[in-house]
Amino acid sequence: MDRVVDDLIALGKGMSITFKNLLEKPVTKQYPEEKRVVPKRTRGRHVLHRYSDGQERCVGCLLCQGTCPAGAIYIEAEENSKESPTSKGERFAKVFDVDLLRCIYCGHCEMACPTNAITLENNTALAGYSRDSLLMHKEDLLEPMGQSTLGTTEYWDPKPPETVADRVPAQTGTFDGSATSAAAVGRGDLKLGQKPLPPKRGEEEAQDA
Amino acid sequence: MTVLEVALVAARALTTAVVLLTAFAYMTYTERRLVAVFQWRIGPNRAGPFGLLQPLADGLKLLFKEQLMPAGARPFIYLAAPCISLIVALTSFSVIPVQLDPSAFAQQPGSPNPPERHLWQIADINVGVLFLLGITSLAVYGIVLGGWSSGNKYSLIGAVRSSAQMVSYELALGAALLSPLMMVGSLSFSQVAVYQEGQLWLGIAQPMAFLLFCIAAVAETNRAPFDLPEAEQELGAGFHTEYSGMRFALFFMAEYVAMITVSAVATTVFLGGPWLFPGASRAPLMGWLPTYSAIYFLLKIAFFMFVFIWLRATLPRFRYDQLMRIGWQVLLPLALLNLAITAVGVVLDWTHLQFMGVVLSVVLLLYAFGKLNRRREVEAHG
Repeated sequence: MDRVVDDLIALGKGMSITFKNLLEKPVTKQYPEEKRVVPKRTRGRHVLHRYSDGQERCVGCLLCQGTCPAGAIYIEAEENSKESPTSKGERFAKVFDVDLLRCIYCGHCEMACPTNAITLENNTALAGYSRDSLLMHKEDLLEPMGQSTLGTTEYWDPKPPETVADRVPAQTGTFDGSATSAAAVGRGDLKLGQKPLPPKRGEEEAQDA
Repeated sequence: MTVLEVALVAARALTTAVVLLTAFAYMTYTERRLVAVFQWRIGPNRAGPFGLLQPLADGLKLLFKEQLMPAGARPFIYLAAPCISLIVALTSFSVIPVQLDPSAFAQQPGSPNPPERHLWQIADINVGVLFLLGITSLAVYGIVLGGWSSGNKYSLIGAVRSSAQMVSYELALGAALLSPLMMVGSLSFSQVAVYQEGQLWLGIAQPMAFLLFCIAAVAETNRAPFDLPEAEQELGAGFHTEYSGMRFALFFMAEYVAMITVSAVATTVFLGGPWLFPGASRAPLMGWLPTYSAIYFLLKIAFFMFVFIWLRATLPRFRYDQLMRIGWQVLLPLALLNLAITAVGVVLDWTHLQFMGVVLSVVLLLYAFGKLNRRREVEAHG
């Protein structure tokens, strides 16, 4: 009997807790009308960027294709014509396909890109009625003519230190994480302000073993 | 009975059935919205204003869904089971006095109400409570036959659990109802409701019976935390795993109508039925407010329905052995003890407050005794 009464008291406690929750405001976002504010660097759909003169940033180097862990990127590069070059480099991407169904939105492509041509933007509303509709081609990804942005890579969270003058780690010898360029990728294990030393042979072997 | 009386009863029955099924539809909506609010969500709010057309949309969807029948099913029983469930659930409501006319009892006390005098009650039979208990115990057939005839092992497990549970808790339910009925001295629901007009409600006079009845009623309707026959996580959907479309909806209807019925029984027997408050008819200042009305009755039912949903939002499902232990080792002995106390009280002609005092002090005594006993055990055995 004593246990029964104790259990009933416990039941009352539980009921009062759920009743308190009844009075809480709902946390639901009514999605299509009311959208959640995402962090500025949320990795959504890819965008290919242009320079201010309208030329494409992508030089068709295939680094993003190479680094993509999901094999979601397919590029066919072609030589620029001398008279009207499409990009600033020797080559440009004639075909640039991203399979959004394969992509895992890891952001390695934007980290690998030496010209900041590809970024993952905040568009996370990715849905389609067919597989084909989610295979993005170059014309779907490229920003419109006359627009020249850097996309989400412009935003920093937290802000980069003001003191950093030169943001290319290869030149300053420090990596503070404030520039995602090809030079920065692979140096992320350095501590702030640490000189990047060429690894000694013995250490390299020890790591491999 | 004249033709007019038969027509009157038939019309009343039809109205009640329609009202009950509409209430079922909006109970599903209310339950989904309320459980959502308990969980900091919003719930269905897209179909119509505030999602009020959601039951309609659900109904249409269920009507047009394909009705599958498993190859291993026994067709006749498979089709009959949901019908049994629903018919039983609807029938049991027929003896509930939603609204009554007390003047009829003043004229001829003790005798059944003539049909034109009980305002909203299909049949005022003198063994109403017995009838209701008998009919509700048939509800187990719908579940057991449905689970068995599906030809699915999980359904069968659900059905077996359900039969064990319903049989165990029916005892406690009946025994808990007996105590207040002994005080009234009648098995007619309208007599019970009229009896409480001038007195404290029986839920106050019989707090333990009230509590036991509530617990057993939740178990009888297979609602959380006693929803072992369904047990989505363990058994798929239990006894109605193999039912789809409108056949599934019939089981669903039966569950909700049964909820409404036990709420109505609890209201009539323990919370004074359609009376506003004890002694309302003799209270001053009440000229503009009716002292008895179907609205009060429905409000009290709504309160019980809210508690049903509240319980569902709070408690996890019982384990099978816990279920059996509560039923046989806790509810039934307490109900019998309560019955014994009540019997003594009826003989000694106690007032309602005396009943409450004695029951509560016995509970307190047992509690103290149990605590002391436990302490002694701990001292003896370390």
